[in-house]
Amino acid sequence: MYNEKVMDHFQNPRNAGEMLKPSGVGEVGNMKCGDIMKIFIKVENDHIVDINFLTFGCGAAIASSSVLTEMVKGKTLDEAMAVTNMDVANQLGGLPEAKLHCSNLAADALHKAIADYRSKNLSA
Amino acid sequence: MKRIYLDHGATTPLHPEVLEAMLPYFGQVFGNPSSVHSFGREARRALDESREKTALALGAAPEEIIFTSGGTEANNLAIQGVAEALSARGRHLITSAVEHHAVLDTVKALGKRGYAVTLLPVDGCGMVNPGDLKQAIRDDTVLVSVMTANNEIGTVQPIEDLARICRERGVYFHTDAVQAIGNIPLNLKEWPVDLLSLSAHKFYGPKGVGALFVRRGTKLAKLAFGGGQERKMRPGTENLPGIVGLAKAIELAVTDIPARSTSMAALRDHLIASLMEQIEKVRLNGHPVQRLPGNVNVSVSYVEGESLLLDLDLKGIAASSGSACTSGSLEASHVLMACGLDHQTAHGSLRLTLGHGNTLEEVDYTVATLKESVARLRGMSSLYKSYRREVDKSRHAGEETICITKK
Repeated sequence: MYNEKVMDHFQNPRNAGEMLKPSGVGEVGNMKCGDIMKIFIKVENDHIVDINFLTFGCGAAIASSSVLTEMVKGKTLDEAMAVTNMDVANQLGGLPEAKLHCSNLAADALHKAIADYRSKNLSA
Repeated sequence: MKRIYLDHGATTPLHPEVLEAMLPYFGQVFGNPSSVHSFGREARRALDESREKTALALGAAPEEIIFTSGGTEANNLAIQGVAEALSARGRHLITSAVEHHAVLDTVKALGKRGYAVTLLPVDGCGMVNPGDLKQAIRDDTVLVSVMTANNEIGTVQPIEDLARICRERGVYFHTDAVQAIGNIPLNLKEWPVDLLSLSAHKFYGPKGVGALFVRRGTKLAKLAFGGGQERKMRPGTENLPGIVGLAKAIELAVTDIPARSTSMAALRDHLIASLMEQIEKVRLNGHPVQRLPGNVNVSVSYVEGESLLLDLDLKGIAASSGSACTSGSLEASHVLMACGLDHQTAHGSLRLTLGHGNTLEEVDYTVATLKESVARLRGMSSLYKSYRREVDKSRHAGEETICITKK
């Protein structure tokens, strides 16, 4: 059902956990679909210097959250805003068709976290 | 890696004696039962004997058994067949909200073809209330279909009561007994049931074969056209190896049901108790007592079912879930939703279905493995973090399983 890379991220999720005092937080998903993702970012000099996630969801939801944190750590906020859900799925080497639309929301959560950070730091 | 199979509700392994009984019919006994010659006659003999054995196991007469390709076809034939045969008398069908899709979607398809459909609700434990059935029957009702036992949550319905109500009102009663055969005693001499579906691979028989019991005198229209097999109700050359296997499997399945189901229910209750004791915020879905001896269905709060299945599978344990992610659709289990569960609880459901080969050691290993998996998944679940924060604020007790009757 899932490829090796997806299973690796599911079994050994990167950057899972809650972040104390994040610069921004973004949450997406809904209970009807059964996926809730929360992304925490720490921003310094317009760069994502640290990132964590908490996810309630299926294997695809956990793996896409995990791989996203690897993809954007160290990137500028503009670079991170350009990452799409499809990029995340591609980075995982693909997801089952049914999962592409319901569980592949990590980039949306990240974008919300960046928007949250920017709204709190309007002068920046 | 040692593998543990806890998905007997999905399918069961073939019983060695069933395989042995079937083997000649893949080899030297290959005749067509409809042929006149000796090859055909020996095939016919096996077909007749299989029908007799199957009928005997159910308390039915041989001519009341129609062999099909499985439970789905048997359900389709029963529902569509009665609906069509009685369409001049009435066009109202009644079923329950927790049926297998082979029943529910067949009834819904007829709903689109001009039939009126009533779906009976269930209580918090998945039980149909006979009083609801009494109220739902109308003058134009032609068929009521309620499953004997539920495939997801294992709830055993009061079939005798429901069937009796239908008999008194002159309405045909069908039951999908696919999960019940071999698990609960069932005698069609006593049950006023008009039609009953079964599937061999759920009771250690082969896949691709099932049967529909049709009580003598019941009006039924055929769905497919062709030869005159199966009392002209189900055309097509018979799947003889499968039918021989079904007959052997049902003969074994109905032997000694009380003793076998008592010991399986003891293992089931041990599994349920261990899960509730060792993992916090676990809810039992289905009925605490009126349930299949091998069925365990729990919701584990703050984790999602597919993730649990993946973790268990990595440790060699086979289970299933009512989560949307595992249903092939984007919806959580209609059965759990009909029982009044919220989406989160339905998504966290896990079904473990025991079989005759499972041991206490396997069950204990499964509980220990599940406990680790739940801790791991909750560690990255935002819902669990919020819950812990609330608990820290005010201690509150774990949920209890009670049957809440929905108004």
